[in-house]
Amino acid sequence: MKPTYILAIESSCDETAAAVVRNGREVLSNIISSQIALHTLYGGVVPEIASRKHIEKINPVITEALAKANMTLDEIDAIAVTYGPGLVGSLLVGVAEAKAIAYAAGKPLIGVHHIEGHVSANYISHPELEPPFLCLVVSGGHTHIVMVEDYGTYRIIGRTHDDAAGEAYDKIARAIGLGYPGGPKVDALSKQGDPEAIAFPRAHIEDCPYDFSFSGLKSAVLNYINIEKMKLRDAAKNAASDAGESTGADEFVRHGVPTGGDAEGTEACPDTFSDGITKADLAASFQAAVVDVLVTRTIAAAKAEGVTTVAIAGGVASNSALRNRMREVGEANGMKVLYPEPVLCTDNAAMIGAAAYYEYLRGNVADLTLNAVPGLKLGER
Amino acid sequence: MKILAIDSSAQVASVAVLSDNAVLAEYSVDYRKTHSQTLLPMIDEVLRMTETAKEDITAIAVAAGPGSFTGLRIGAATVKGLAMVWNVPIIPVSTVAGLACNLAGTDDLVCPLMDARRGQVYTGVYGFDGSTIVEYVPDACMTIDPLIEKINALGRKVTFVGDALSVFQEKLKSSVTVPYSLAPVHLAKQSAASVGWLGVKLLAEGRTVSAEEFVPTYLRISQAEREREERLEGK
Repeated sequence: MKPTYILAIESSCDETAAAVVRNGREVLSNIISSQIALHTLYGGVVPEIASRKHIEKINPVITEALAKANMTLDEIDAIAVTYGPGLVGSLLVGVAEAKAIAYAAGKPLIGVHHIEGHVSANYISHPELEPPFLCLVVSGGHTHIVMVEDYGTYRIIGRTHDDAAGEAYDKIARAIGLGYPGGPKVDALSKQGDPEAIAFPRAHIEDCPYDFSFSGLKSAVLNYINIEKMKLRDAAKNAASDAGESTGADEFVRHGVPTGGDAEGTEACPDTFSDGITKADLAASFQAAVVDVLVTRTIAAAKAEGVTTVAIAGGVASNSALRNRMREVGEANGMKVLYPEPVLCTDNAAMIGAAAYYEYLRGNVADLTLNAVPGLKLGER
Repeated sequence: MKILAIDSSAQVASVAVLSDNAVLAEYSVDYRKTHSQTLLPMIDEVLRMTETAKEDITAIAVAAGPGSFTGLRIGAATVKGLAMVWNVPIIPVSTVAGLACNLAGTDDLVCPLMDARRGQVYTGVYGFDGSTIVEYVPDACMTIDPLIEKINALGRKVTFVGDALSVFQEKLKSSVTVPYSLAPVHLAKQSAASVGWLGVKLLAEGRTVSAEEFVPTYLRISQAEREREERLEGK
């Protein structure tokens, strides 16, 4: 059978990406232009800046994806694009560009759900993988347990009630002075810490056994840091008054509460706390709490659904603690645990090409009115 | 030779097909529908109606800005995609100059006023020497008072066009000291035919860019950048 080549475009957040994928499984090129350095100045993604960067980068990225795949547009069978969920201004750049290319080249257009893309990254990394399987999708914007019944057929089993797991990572990273993006930085620091140093809470949600909540955990960590800062201030004040000076105390009081903006003006998080607990211990304890709920709930959901294959996807799926723990607990329960290679966990277009292939096979082609849908629900078209 | 022209810089979505000396088709919609959904079907319509094949298209003229950031980007991404596949150049046309060309050939000066929110307008002042457009005040994002000062200093009759006319009507009445008039509704809004008319001239002067190079001209930085600059300046 003649192979199917899809040119895929992804611009839902702060990565401008394009890829060429053969038969949904083989990546011929996967080009990603990241804006992380730009947004680091602001402590998070600024939508207008992201949109402006997308329009600058999108043509070079597409051209490079075709060149790297050694293909011309004529040889491409369909154009795929992420149309939601995501930042509307960012999505619109990819959608308008993909529609124009599909129209001008006379190729079918396929609109892809961003989360379905993340799930489908596993098809690339694991050529033998076929539905049904359960997938935990964790990123800066999403925390979902999804039952993949068939290609293109999804059922949400669990979701977060507040922050996404990756969002919690970003906020904690900012509070302890690691900067944006938080996930990889907290993960790296955790390796030097004791995950049992501080017992942070694991939230359970009444009647929703597979749902998540990370706001309580986030508050617990921030409170812990604030209490420790206060202790340090008191100690400094005492030391200053012992020495008969008052100026020393002002040094600590003068700074405000962290604003979440630039590093300037925010009070630094101490490197060590009372009882000899380090910043690394705090990071490790926070990460252990996140990983614990993600893993136990995913495995419980897999048992309830009677599936033996569990996959992870999304930016947080490259977190080493999550990968290791999911594999450990999954295998102890007789399950196969899969995750994509790190470059396919982050936002990329190859995963969009993989998801699009199965939509293409089922004849799900979009028309010229395709719009960006920032709040697009899984399974919605 | 045919030119495809597009303006999606404000609420109006407008597309046109021009030959050297004629507007073969123009399709404008001033209604609350997203450009993301309307623009490409409208392009398809005008190309089909004028039996324009992709080989017939020499270049694409686009209202490059200023204007609604999102509107400009939908237009930009659309023309960047089309121009890449068709392998034709893009002619960036100032949205403000394009609006002025609604009145091309007039003896008056023309001052487009586009609502930029926050009490500001995207504006400029143009005149015509026969059919050649002449810039009197370069495009800018500014408050209305310094603009009116400039217009009064030019000392010539001026016609205002644009979607901010209703917002500043009273202000113009009280502060403009030169004779002035307001463009009638059918000439007051963005028109792809005007963008194309100016685009044909710019093309003849070789003022084109590649699909890869083209980016909108915003004339205003993002709110986050502005706030950050203010913070760094210690305001």
